Amino acid sequence: MDKRWAALSTLLLALSLLGGCRVENRETRLDPPLAEALDHIALMPNGIGGTPPEIYTIMGKPYRTSSFHLSQGKRLYEWFGCQACHGDGQGGNAPSLIDGWWNYGPDLTSIYASIRDGRPGGMPAFRNRLTNEQIWQLAGYVQVMGAYSPPSAAPGRSDRPQTRPAENRAPAASAPLR
Amino acid sequence: MRRRILLVSAALTACSGCSGWQSALDPQGPAAASLDRLLLGFVLVLGGIWLCVMLVLAAGLWRRAAATPGTARRRSAWAVGGACAATVLVVSGLTLASYLASRAAPLGQDEPLVIRVRGLQWWWEVVYPGADGQDLVTANEIHIPVGRPVRIELSAADVIHSFWVPNLAGKQDMIPGRDNVLTFTAWEAGTYRGQCAEFCGMQHARMAFLIVAESQESFDRWRAAQEAEAAAPAGEEEARGRQVFEQKPCGACHTIRGTEARGTTGPDLTHIASRQYLAAGVLPMTRGALAAWTADPQTIKPGNNMPLVPLTAAELQAVSAWLASLR
Repeated sequence: MDKRWAALSTLLLALSLLGGCRVENRETRLDPPLAEALDHIALMPNGIGGTPPEIYTIMGKPYRTSSFHLSQGKRLYEWFGCQACHGDGQGGNAPSLIDGWWNYGPDLTSIYASIRDGRPGGMPAFRNRLTNEQIWQLAGYVQVMGAYSPPSAAPGRSDRPQTRPAENRAPAASAPLR
Repeated sequence: MRRRILLVSAALTACSGCSGWQSALDPQGPAAASLDRLLLGFVLVLGGIWLCVMLVLAAGLWRRAAATPGTARRRSAWAVGGACAATVLVVSGLTLASYLASRAAPLGQDEPLVIRVRGLQWWWEVVYPGADGQDLVTANEIHIPVGRPVRIELSAADVIHSFWVPNLAGKQDMIPGRDNVLTFTAWEAGTYRGQCAEFCGMQHARMAFLIVAESQESFDRWRAAQEAEAAAPAGEEEARGRQVFEQKPCGACHTIRGTEARGTTGPDLTHIASRQYLAAGVLPMTRGALAAWTADPQTIKPGNNMPLVPLTAAELQAVSAWLASLR
């Protein structure tokens, strides 16, 4: 009887290890019609707040919940010079992205619009430098970086020394670095 | 019968590794030659040992056990002692041989040509430092003069890569934050294929490059041509292509010297059509391949960092004409 239990528990343990085989599905190629539709956000007339396109919900809101997209956003944040003004998120010449205060509201649609169209006071428009999907990836990363609640997914950690709390803890501003 | 055919064809497939294209068994420079000698030495010594062990094993199975236990013990003590001594000798001898072979070969009189190569996911940035800070930046194709030592300074931008041109030298890792150096010489003019030799992500297998070894004169000609800015558009279509390239996101990542495109995160495309391959050894350089790659890079090399930029058919025609004219 004892042996049986041992065998059964070993089997169960081995089966539970199979859970580690689950990998995140990386969607590296977004169909062009979907990418085109992703641009149709409905923005409030004052440019603050709005609703994302329907297709974003149908796709399962991937830009906040997928580590792959968040990592792409993190790479774009470094590649497209965001650090020049926003630093690693603490701000500098431009507002901080992790202090919990959003000049144009905390929702993804506003952040998308800010990146795509720019904002008065120096934020340039990236409409002609990033594709629609890249803007969503970057917006998702920026939102997660300063989120009030811990996100379910996070980008990879930097190899460089950390200059601020990592992206996957929350709330952003109150978390001590050291 | 069928099994024999399978065995023979497997052996023949293995033999194809001996041909010249990207093969360590066809050395074309002193560094690769010393590795080749080392490999031969290892094969001979270890093959000999294997043969001896098999002979002793066969003899042991064949013969009867010795009659008197005393002599048997003495004999087996000799055998074990001898085998241990031989193991120590062989291992230390081979270690010494491989140390001597992997030591940098003496450079000789010539001052080496310095080239900086940076590994990125999944392509190679190649920089020829200039005298007055005017570096020549290109990608995925490294031209070197024949007979002159080349000092490759290796670095990595994102993850660990490894620089390997089997015909010319051994592997050298490219590690973020730690610069390595590899020095080699090519004996003969030719085109040698290289490949990333450290798993670096989704498209590790499609991260190849070419070394083109040529005479000093043709190397100088090549370098002068590469240092020039991109040629002015030859026709109306090319001019339109250049305009599209500058206005669309292309220029945010790629540099084409002499135009508004000044991005540095993607490969320099100033003379892209002069290279033999596109996208780090994935496609042969033709206008069709350029168009296919521009239209849908994520199907050809999934996961690479070039996004699918939506272009109309006319824009795609124009851009591919412009890129194909950048010789």
